[in-house]
Amino acid sequence: MNAHVKPPRPVSRRLFLRTGAAAGGGLFLSARLPGIAAAATAGAPAETGPALNAYVKIAPNGLVTIVAKNPECGQGIKTMLPMLIAEELDVDWKDVRVVQAMSEAIYPNQFAGGSLATPMNYDPMRRVGAAGRQMLVNAAAADWDVPPGECSTTPGFVHHQGSGRSARYGALAAKAAALPAPKLETLTLKDPKAFRIIGKATGNIDGPAVVTGKPLYGIDVTLPGMKYAVYEKCPVFYGAVAGANFEEVKRTRGVIDAFKVDGTKDLAGLSSGVAIVADSWWRANKARELLKVQWDEGAFADHSTEGYDARAKALAGNAPANMLRKDGDPDAALAGAAHVVEAAYSYPFISHSPLEPQNCTARWDGDKLEIWASTQNPEPGRQLLAKTFGIKPENISIHMMRCGGGFGRRLSNDYMVEAAAMARQAKAPIKLVWSREDDMRHDLYRPGGYHYLKGGVDASGKLVAWKNHFVTFSRNGKAANSADCSATEYPARFVPNFQLGSSFIETLVPTGPLRAPRSNALSFVFQSFIDELAHAAGQDPVQFQLALLSTPTTHEGYDSARAAAVLKTVAERAGWGRKLPAGRGLGIAQHFSHAGYFAEVVEASVDKSGNVKVHKVWVVGDVGSQIINPSGADNQVQGAVLDGLAQALGQAITFDKGRTSQSNFGDFNLMRIMDAPPVDVHFLISDHPPTGLGEPALPPAPPALCNAIFAATGKRIRTLPIDPKVLAT
Amino acid sequence: MPYTLTVNGKSRTVDAEGEMPLLWVLRDELDMKGTKFGCGASFCGACTVHLDGAAVRACQTPLSQAANHKITTVEGVGQTAVGARVQQAWLEVDVMQCGYCQAGQIMTATALLTRNPHPTDAEIDAEMNGNLCRCATYNRIRQAVKQAAGLAHVEKVSA
Repeated sequence: MNAHVKPPRPVSRRLFLRTGAAAGGGLFLSARLPGIAAAATAGAPAETGPALNAYVKIAPNGLVTIVAKNPECGQGIKTMLPMLIAEELDVDWKDVRVVQAMSEAIYPNQFAGGSLATPMNYDPMRRVGAAGRQMLVNAAAADWDVPPGECSTTPGFVHHQGSGRSARYGALAAKAAALPAPKLETLTLKDPKAFRIIGKATGNIDGPAVVTGKPLYGIDVTLPGMKYAVYEKCPVFYGAVAGANFEEVKRTRGVIDAFKVDGTKDLAGLSSGVAIVADSWWRANKARELLKVQWDEGAFADHSTEGYDARAKALAGNAPANMLRKDGDPDAALAGAAHVVEAAYSYPFISHSPLEPQNCTARWDGDKLEIWASTQNPEPGRQLLAKTFGIKPENISIHMMRCGGGFGRRLSNDYMVEAAAMARQAKAPIKLVWSREDDMRHDLYRPGGYHYLKGGVDASGKLVAWKNHFVTFSRNGKAANSADCSATEYPARFVPNFQLGSSFIETLVPTGPLRAPRSNALSFVFQSFIDELAHAAGQDPVQFQLALLSTPTTHEGYDSARAAAVLKTVAERAGWGRKLPAGRGLGIAQHFSHAGYFAEVVEASVDKSGNVKVHKVWVVGDVGSQIINPSGADNQVQGAVLDGLAQALGQAITFDKGRTSQSNFGDFNLMRIMDAPPVDVHFLISDHPPTGLGEPALPPAPPALCNAIFAATGKRIRTLPIDPKVLAT
Repeated sequence: MPYTLTVNGKSRTVDAEGEMPLLWVLRDELDMKGTKFGCGASFCGACTVHLDGAAVRACQTPLSQAANHKITTVEGVGQTAVGARVQQAWLEVDVMQCGYCQAGQIMTATALLTRNPHPTDAEIDAEMNGNLCRCATYNRIRQAVKQAAGLAHVEKVSA
C-alpha cells in the first residue's frame, strides 16, 4: 500500500439516527453516517456509498440482536463490529446475538479490503451503540420523571441513583423506540478505561457453528430445485470457446445440459466457457472428463514466465521508461559513495488460493436476480451483474455468505456473473462451484516484478544514494492491477539522492490485490536491500535502519518515530545481537502499510541441503490506541506472518504457452503445520486512532526471513521463492 | 445402485454410482455440508471424516468403499467424548479465522487423540500435517490439540 494513506476523518457532523419499532417490539436503531471519508487504499474498492449503517434490536427479554454489516472472510469482523456497538450500548456480550447483513444500500462500505474496517467503523459503530443507550436512558428518565443526566447504566440496566430505581433494557425498549433519536455527534463515548467488551479477548461469533459443521459458507447453499454446475474456461487467458462436443457430454449420467457461454471483454467479469449443468456437482465435474473444447486461444498463447524474465533482463539495460521520482543527484552520489551495492531482485506471480474454491448460487425470477456468494465485495458484484445482464441494480439481491478465506481474491466477482449466466440459460437455480484447478488457473494473481537496484553509503555509513529501475507488468500501457509502486514508498523521502523509475512488460495475465498488495512484494525487495547496504557499510542492520528513520519527515500520514519504535522494540524482544549456533541467524525488517507499523525478527537456520527452518518469529506492531479483540488481533498477525513466510519459502505461479502451470496444492505450496514456527506478537499502544490488522503484519515477514538466511549463511536471497539449491553447501 | 452406510449413527441409503466420492455423497446426496471441499485431490484435508474411527479423506473414498461402514462427520463427532473435548478446546483457544478447514482439522485431531490420548508435539505436527489451514492458525491448532488432551490449558477467550 502507498505510504501516504490518510487516516479517515473523524465521525461526520452530519451523522444522524433513525429509529423505529422493530418487528415484534423492541428498539430498532439505525444510524446513518454520510460522508465518512474512505481512506483511498490499494486493494480496496472505490467508496461504495456515502453512508454507514448499523442496526440494533433489543427484545423484551433483553436479548440484543446486532447486525454485522461487513462480509466475513476470516478477518473476524462479524465478531468485532458488534463488539463496538455492544460496548457503548452497555450490554453483556453473552446477551448479544449477531446476524449477518445482506448487501444492501443502507449498509455502505460493505467490503473486506485494505484493512479498512477498523478505521472506518471504530468511532461510528460505537456511536450507534451509544445512541441506543441514550434512548434507553431517555425512556427510563421519562418514566421516572427525572433528568436523563441523573441516570446511569450497567450492562442491560438503566439506574437512577437518587430514587434507587432500576429498569431492564428489555422492559424499556418499546418505549425507547418511540423517542426521537439523539444526534450522534453529541453523544459522549465511554472512557476506554471503562471498556468491558472492547479490549477483551472474545471468541469468534461463528465458532460454535463452525466446529459443529453448520452450513455457513457460500459453497454450503442449497435451494429448492437447484442444479449444480461447473464452468470450463480456456486455459489461455482471454481465450474463447469455438466449439465443443456438447451432445456427447449431455448423454453422461446426471448431466442436464451443456452449453456455451459467450464472454465479455472483462476478465474480472464473464469469461467465455462451457457450462455443464447436472443433478450433482460431482457428476457435472465428472462429465468434464469427456468434454472436448475447441478453443480460440487468442493473442496470449505465446506468453511464458521464461519470456517475461528475458524481457525484464533486456529492459534492465535501458533507462526506465517512466520516471516516478527523482530527488537530488543519485548518479553523482553513487559516484562519490564509499560503498556501492548493485543488486537485481525479483519475485513471482502468486495465487490467493483461499481454501473454499470460488462458487456462487444464482436464482432468477423474471428480471430479478438473487445471489448467494462468498464475496469480499458485493456491491461491485451487483454493478457487474447489472451491466452484464442489462438489469437494474435494485433488482439484484446478494446474500453475503461466510467466506472460506478471501485474501483479496473475492474482491472480484467473476463467479457471480458465471452462475447468473448459467441460471438464466438453464432456467433453474444454479450452484456453480469451481474445482481447485479452476481456482488456481483463473485467479487474478499477485503480479511478479523485477527491481534493479543501486545503493550508495558514504564513509560515515549513511545511506546517501538509492536508484531503482522497477520492471513491472502492464495492461494497455498502464501498470497492471497491484503492479505499481508509489513514489513515496519507503525509503523514498529518507534518502537524499533517490530515484525510482519503471518499465513495463505488457501482459494479459489477470492481476489483482493479494493481502497487503504491493507491500507484500516491495517490502521483500526494499528491506532486503537495506540489509545489504547495512552490511556493506559494516553496520548493524537495526542501527543502520534506525539512523535512516531518524531523518525528519514531514510527510503526512507517515510517522517515522512509530516505525523506529516498533523496530527497536522487536529487536529487544528477540534478543537481537545474541550469539547463535553456526548455521542459524536472526533477520529483521520493518514495513508500514494499511496505516499499521510492523517490525519482525525471524530466527532461521539452513541445513546442508539448503532447506530453511524458521524457529521463531517476533512481531511488534503499532496500530494505534486500542486492540479491539486481542484474540482476533493475535490470530490475524500470526496468520499474516506465516502467510508471508509461506510465500517466501515456496509459492510461485508460472506461465507457459499462455497457461498457468500450477494446478493444485501439490505444486503450489501452502504452509503446513510442521513448517509453522511460534510467532510472538506484541502491540505498542500509541495515541492514534485504531487501524486494521488483516494485512500490515505480512510484509516484513519475507525480508526478515531472507535477512536471517543471510545472517545464517552469508548468502543473499534476491529471488523468491527461496530456492534450496542456492543455499545447499 | 443403492448403498447403505451409517452416518453419525444413522443408517442412510444412497442410490448413486459406487465411484462417487463420499465427500459428494455427504454434501450433495445427504445435504450434510460440514465436510468441506478444498482440493479434491487429498492435499488439503478439508474433507476429513472418520471411517470406522480412522481419519480418511472423503474426496478419495468412493461410496462403494464407504458402504457398510460407520462414517463420522463433524456434525456427529461431538457425540464422542474425545470429539466433544476437541470441539470445546477449539472454542476455548479460539482457533479459527475463516474456519473453512477446521472441520477437517477437528476430525484429524479427534482421530489422533482417540488413538493416542497423550501425543508429543512431534506426533501432533506429524498427524496434523496433512490438514492445510490457509489462514495459518497452526499455533492455535497445536495448542487446542494439547488442550483437548489435557496437556495444557490456556483459555484465550471469554465465551
